[in-house]
Amino acid sequence: MPSAVETSTTAAPDTAPVKPPFESWGRYPVYDADVRSVHWQDQFPRVIDGVHHGALPVGMGRSYGDVCLLKDGTLVKTTGMNRLLGFNPDTGVLTAEAGITLAQILDFAVPRGFFLPVTPGTKYVTLGGAIANDIHGKNHHIAGTFGCHVPQFELVRSDGAHMRCSPTENPDMYSATIGGLGLTGMITWAQLRLKPIVSRKIDYQGIQFHGIDEFLDLTAQSQNIEYTVSWIDVTSTGKNFARGVFMQGDHSKVPNELKPSSEPKLVFPIELPGWVLNGASVGAFNTLFFHKQMKQRVSALQDYEPFFYPLDAVLKWNKMYGKRGLLQFQYAIPWEHAREGTIAILHEVAKSGLASFLAVLKAFGDVPSPGLMSFPKPGITLALDFPIKPEKSFALFDRLAEMTYEFGGRLYPAKDARMTAEQYQAFYPQWQRFARYKDPALTSSFWERVVGGQGFMR
Amino acid sequence: MSITPASDPSIPNRRDSKAARTEPRRILVLGATSGIAEACIHLWADRGDHLFLVGRQANRLAAVVADARTRGAGYVDSAVVDLDRTEHHADLLAHAINSLGGLDIAYLALGILGDQSKAERNFHDAAHIVHTNYTAPVSLLTWLANYCAQRHSGTLAVLSSVAGERGRKSNYVYGSSKAGLTAFVDGLRNRIDREGVRVMTIKPGPVKTSMTEGMKGRERFADVNKVAATIAKAIDKGQDIVYVPGQWRLIMSVIRAIPERVFKKLNL
Repeated sequence: MPSAVETSTTAAPDTAPVKPPFESWGRYPVYDADVRSVHWQDQFPRVIDGVHHGALPVGMGRSYGDVCLLKDGTLVKTTGMNRLLGFNPDTGVLTAEAGITLAQILDFAVPRGFFLPVTPGTKYVTLGGAIANDIHGKNHHIAGTFGCHVPQFELVRSDGAHMRCSPTENPDMYSATIGGLGLTGMITWAQLRLKPIVSRKIDYQGIQFHGIDEFLDLTAQSQNIEYTVSWIDVTSTGKNFARGVFMQGDHSKVPNELKPSSEPKLVFPIELPGWVLNGASVGAFNTLFFHKQMKQRVSALQDYEPFFYPLDAVLKWNKMYGKRGLLQFQYAIPWEHAREGTIAILHEVAKSGLASFLAVLKAFGDVPSPGLMSFPKPGITLALDFPIKPEKSFALFDRLAEMTYEFGGRLYPAKDARMTAEQYQAFYPQWQRFARYKDPALTSSFWERVVGGQGFMR
Repeated sequence: MSITPASDPSIPNRRDSKAARTEPRRILVLGATSGIAEACIHLWADRGDHLFLVGRQANRLAAVVADARTRGAGYVDSAVVDLDRTEHHADLLAHAINSLGGLDIAYLALGILGDQSKAERNFHDAAHIVHTNYTAPVSLLTWLANYCAQRHSGTLAVLSSVAGERGRKSNYVYGSSKAGLTAFVDGLRNRIDREGVRVMTIKPGPVKTSMTEGMKGRERFADVNKVAATIAKAIDKGQDIVYVPGQWRLIMSVIRAIPERVFKKLNL
């Protein structure tokens, strides 16, 4: 059948550039770009023929800063390329096109008794994006990063070369692409090793803690529990400093119904004005959250949706942060300085009076990632988010980035909009080796910011 | 003509226990790489139906076949055929029905949007749109109607468009091809419904598929999976004419009611 794809990309009278421009989840920065969608693997690299200011494959735009943006360039949106290509129930290996979302994978996998090997805090990310950011989840201490479960994928370069990448085939390109921020080429399809489950339920425990030492004790005690993560109150000082709830869970071993999830129905309706999220309202939220759990320890059998994806229940929740958007900050500090670094940074945040109510603390494990540029390393990671208040929050961020560097840590590109070229190159000293594998036609606003004109391969 | 499958039909499928709850139907999809067809194929594959998929581009069709097979279709075969070549239709249809062991539903989703501005200037562009959207389906439906009428069974579900309800300056070439198709399908129903053959005219409004990529106002277009669910349900119920989403029935009745002396001045 004659496909309509070619005819519709030519200038028909009804066509106009896609507006609004593609946004990242933090909605900061905002850049104009030419967005072109691909629905078929064979459309790349033809889709970027004749582009002048570089191109970048993108997925759902769920990274926070500018790794998924390209100012005045061309974004190749891959979410139309979302087919399942094969599944082996004996090994759990799923093969799918890279634009499929983890939500779509779950819809397929859960009724068949399988689950994602690693999942971030939202299921609305693509398979390709999960590889490109080498994302991590609450089971990092046991399972490592997402890339640890990707036995192979196909990469298509802008010169049209098709490369099958695995630990044994094109191993260097495999390693550069996992955590490679979409800069090494477009992933057309990938394999993902799913794991068996017998129930949608999670055996959940929530435990209150006060202070980093109690957090570290709980971490040590829960080494064999698959999922651990803590919510931490970063607004309180004094005796409530660094209080939080340590949340842990395992997939329930009791067989139960494996029905697919229902569609979320709530959409955050408006952009809140900037003043709504202030020290007082966020402090109140944090106190409520802490005391929502009345007892020191709570156990429950909980569905995986609220356990892994509490915020997915409200679509477009990022609008809560208003027009200016939000900034994320996430560091990993190695064990050597993890305790002192975390305490110092928490003090700095509390002192700033800037509100953050999605503060998440977790210990990373030592499972090595196959990715050359992966973010996690053994130690503590803390993720914070702040509504943007230019003068104040930018100054705080710059201070926190410096402190992270002093404590031997690094920041997470997928959540960054602020780190300097100097900081990036110190955090990721292997960047020059990575640059050798970068596709000359591809770049991102992030890459331009942190590497810029410093002799990278264009 | 050689009819090559996009991939080997003998690869066994893993049938999950849930898929076997209903008797699988034998479904022929013509134009299987169209966005709306693909979304319907998902639903049919999920319930374990048997599919024969026809498309023009081998690698694209292979991806759709793999997806259907992975989702649990009871049987998937395919053929890479350019349906503009009407001389191949009889062989293709006989081969497909043979492969499926009969036919319960034929779903015609072939079609192109084309380029209106080119078609205004060049008859060959207009003729191409008319051929793919009207002449080729007429050829397929003539064969299929006679096959089904002889057996007093089967459903012919044909994807037309609300664009066929009234010619508009922005896409009247496409619209006229769909208008012709709608009239043909409606007439065919009038002829063979009494023979026990269901004939369905499906009229989608604008849908978010690759065909409408880059069009103005696309963010307000209908979601393809919801459209497919409506179509699949209408096929199950044996409806005659279905607008998707449903509000297009009302919208088009308003548009049809506008007097021509007003309509001709509008920019639609």
